[in-house]
Amino acid sequence: MKELPQEYYQLLEEIQAADFVLVELSLYLDTHPNDIEAIQQFNQYAQYSKQLKQMFESKFGALQQFGNSFSDANWSWGTMPWPWQV
Amino acid sequence: MWFYEKKLQYPVRVSTCNPKLAKYLIEQYGGADGELAAALRYLNQRYTIPDKVVGLLTDIGTEEFAHLEMIATMVYKLTKDATPEQLKEAGLGEHYVNHDSALFYNNAAGTPWTATYIQAKGDPIADLYEDIAAEEKARATYQWIIDMSDDPDLNDGLRFLRQREIVHSQRFREAVEILKEERDRKKFF
Ligand SMILES: [Fe+2]
Repeated sequence: MKELPQEYYQLLEEIQAADFVLVELSLYLDTHPNDIEAIQQFNQYAQYSKQLKQMFESKFGALQQFGNSFSDANWSWGTMPWPWQV
Repeated sequence: MWFYEKKLQYPVRVSTCNPKLAKYLIEQYGGADGELAAALRYLNQRYTIPDKVVGLLTDIGTEEFAHLEMIATMVYKLTKDATPEQLKEAGLGEHYVNHDSALFYNNAAGTPWTATYIQAKGDPIADLYEDIAAEEKARATYQWIIDMSDDPDLNDGLRFLRQREIVHSQRFREAVEILKEERDRKKFF
């Protein structure tokens, strides 16, 4: 497996941090669906997470399956490591 | 429909090869209060629970699969460089003869996972109380594993998982209140 640059881990952790906020807000909104501030924060982070993932995927390949991620032009299909391998 | 995303929910690191810890951790993979039981319990209950809490069961059930992947990653990293001799010393000799170093859904004592660990009563309060209890038991199990572990990197991931159980328990308690409120409102009108 190819050696991954430091940037891979950095970007990944930024995504993990942003998506953690989204998981927390999702569960909170499930029991507080009328909290307008939480909904605003949710949309803001959803946007931010999308941007981070676009950047990550342009360098390190698709994060999601079935057309939820674009495939890059670097022929990385099937070559990037799995989460338990990094 | 579900989608897979090629990332862990939270980074998992381990300091050294340590099959003994992997043996303990398997409790949260295929044990009664583990992540597989949690995910399957919530995602199955949600079809017949009142609409107001279907979203919560769906989201927590989905998050549990992310936790299952974190546990699998921990076990994989703790055992991938172990020799059969080391596995035997760690009490994983029986596991090795059946599975080599593959993961399997059993508890720390080697008992395979069974659907009898989980319940779906169709009574929303009964189901949610079971879910709260499951979260509290999972939280306690994480604490006991942390107490057995001397791996600071592993413990970082385990503490994250322990805290998630606390949040899940809190949300399920809120769900109970939402349903009780709805029930009382119905009585009056
Ligand atoms: Fe949980």
